[in-house]
Amino acid sequence: MLNSDLKLNTKIFADDCEQAPIRKGFGEGLAMVGETNKSIVALSADLTESTQMHLFKNKFPERFVEIGVAEQNLATVSAGMAAMGKYPFFSSYAMFSPGRNWEQVRTTICYNDVPAVIVGSHAGISVGPDGGTHQAVEDIALMRVLPRMTVISPCDSIQAKKATLALGANPRIAYLRLAREKTPIITTEDTPFELGKGQILYRPDGIAHVAIIATGGLVANALRAIKDLEKRGIKAIVANIHTIKPIDTELLIALARETKAIVTVEEHQIAGGLGSTVAEVLAQSVPTAIEFVGVHDVFGQSGTPNQLIEHYGMGRDGIVTAVTKLLERKV
Amino acid sequence: MQTSNLNLRELELKANDIRESIISMLLAAGSGHTAGPLGMADVFTALYFDLMRHDVTNPSWSDRDRLILSNGHICPVLYATMAHAGYFPVEELQTLRQFGSRLQGHPHREFLPMVETSSGPLGSGLSQAVGMALADRMDHGITSEKYFYCLLGDGELNEGNNWEAIMLAGKEKLRNLIAIVDRNNIQIDGYTEDIMPLNDLSKKWEAFNWHVQEIDGNNISAVIDAVHKAQAVFEKPSVIIARTIPGKGVREFERKFEWHGKAPNKEEANMALDELRTLGGKIKSEHK
Repeated sequence: MLNSDLKLNTKIFADDCEQAPIRKGFGEGLAMVGETNKSIVALSADLTESTQMHLFKNKFPERFVEIGVAEQNLATVSAGMAAMGKYPFFSSYAMFSPGRNWEQVRTTICYNDVPAVIVGSHAGISVGPDGGTHQAVEDIALMRVLPRMTVISPCDSIQAKKATLALGANPRIAYLRLAREKTPIITTEDTPFELGKGQILYRPDGIAHVAIIATGGLVANALRAIKDLEKRGIKAIVANIHTIKPIDTELLIALARETKAIVTVEEHQIAGGLGSTVAEVLAQSVPTAIEFVGVHDVFGQSGTPNQLIEHYGMGRDGIVTAVTKLLERKV
Repeated sequence: MQTSNLNLRELELKANDIRESIISMLLAAGSGHTAGPLGMADVFTALYFDLMRHDVTNPSWSDRDRLILSNGHICPVLYATMAHAGYFPVEELQTLRQFGSRLQGHPHREFLPMVETSSGPLGSGLSQAVGMALADRMDHGITSEKYFYCLLGDGELNEGNNWEAIMLAGKEKLRNLIAIVDRNNIQIDGYTEDIMPLNDLSKKWEAFNWHVQEIDGNNISAVIDAVHKAQAVFEKPSVIIARTIPGKGVREFERKFEWHGKAPNKEEANMALDELRTLGGKIKSEHK
C-alpha cells in the first residue's frame, strides 16, 4: 500500500498519471524562495531556460548573472559572491557542472567553506538523443566524496521544488541533481519533505521479501515494478532516498533488518552512487545482500530515454531481474 | 580604518624587513617558494602599508578592501606582510607549513580567517574576485568605495579559468577590480616564454576591455602611482602588469627559475639574510 502518511499521488500506478520534468520544480522553487531569501543570487552558463533558471531571472534580473559557456568561472564567481554574503545557486548540465569544474567546487566552495548550490540539470542517461557526452552518470560520486557537501536527488518535480525551498531557506553547500525528461509525479504538494530523511513510499501487506531503495526519476520505475513482482509472489518495500548525503542511516538499517535483501536503483554508475552509499552504511552495521541497478561501468549513447533506460537495465524489467537474482542468492 | 603613513623610504625598509622574514620562515619550514615572494614584497608592502583600506584590529570589517591572492604558493610574502602589519605575531611566521600551524603551505581561510580566500590551485583567484566585485555592486552600486585587488602570477595565466574571468570582468565593467600580475617571467619548469609564451600580455588584456598599465613592480612608488591611476578608471576593470625580478633583494636568487619552488638551506639563508640586513652591502651588519 502507498504510505498514506505521505499523501502521495494516488494515480502513480495509472497510465494517465501526470508527468513533469524534475528540473521544472527547481525553477519554480528558486523563483519562490528568492522572495524570502534576498541573499540568493542565480548564475547560469548559457543554459538559463534549459535549467529552468529563467523563472528566477525574469523575476529578479538584478540578482542574476549570465556567465557564458564557462563552467569553471560559474563555480568560482559563485564562490566569490558567497564570500561577500550572497547565497548563489548556479546551474548548468550536470556533465559540465559539476562534471567539468570539480576542482573549483572542491577548493573555492567546499574547502573555502562558503555556501552555494550546484544545480546539475540533465543528469543521467535519460538525456537521450544528445548521447554519451551529455549523460552525467558520475556526478553523485563526484559530489558525495567532498567534505561539507549535501547531495540531493529529488524523485519528481514537486519534490524538486520542495528541496529547492528547503535549500534556499537554509544556506549550505549542496548539489541538486535534476533530470531533463518528464517523469511521473509521485508526491503531492501535501507530501512532507525533510532534507536527510528517506521516505518509505510503499509497503506490502504481510512480510516484505525485499526493500527497493531508489533515487531520482527512477523511483517511479521502482514503484511500477511492484506489480510485476507481486505476479511472481514477491513482496517489496519501495523507499525514496532524495538525500544521498547525509544519508538516512536509520532508515537503511531498519530496512536491512526487516528484509535482509536490498536492491538499489539509480540513474548513475553503480560505482560511487546511491548503491555504494547504502553498501557502505550496511557493511558497517547490518551486512546485507544487495543488488545494484544502475549503469555498470560503461558510457551512454543516443536513443530515446525509454530505450536507454531499458537497454542499461534500469527499467521495470531490469528492477524485477535484479530482485529475483537477489532473492535466489539470499536463500 | 588604519593607515600607516609611512614615507617612501620607510616603505622600502618595510619591504626589506618582509624579505628577511620570508627567508627566515622558509628556512624554518624547509620547503616552500622563494623567488615569487621576494619579487612581490614591494607590491605587498605598497598594498598593506599604503593603498588598502583595512583594519588589523577588525579583520572582518565589512567595508575593507579585499586582497585575493590567486597564486597561493607565494603565501610567504602574504603571511610576512600580514604579520608585519600586525595581524598576528611575527614570531608565528616560524610555524609556516608545520603541523597545526595557521600558516598552511597554501593559504586556508578556515585556519586563518583574515585571508579572503583559500588558494593554491592556480587560475581561480581572479574569478572569485570578479564574483566579490559583482556581489558588492549588487549591494552598493557602481560607486562602491571598496576595491578588490587580485594578485596573480604570470605562469598562472596558462590556466583557462583566468581568461573566463577576464572576459566576464570586461563584460561587466567592474571598475573597482584591480588585478596585479606578477610578471617575473618564470614558472616551475623554466622561463614563461619557453613553457607557454604569453607574448604581449598588455594587448591580450586590452582586447578583453581592461585598462592596462605596465610598471616596474619592484618600485614602490610606481606601484602606488599605478594603483591610483587604476582607481581613477571608471568604465572598465584595471590590470597592472608588474614587472618584477624573481628573488629580488638576494642577488644569488635573482632571475633564476630554479628558485621558484624551493627553500634556501641554512648556508643560503644566512647569505641572503646578510645581504638583506646590510641592504646589499651598503651598511654594516650587526647580526654577524
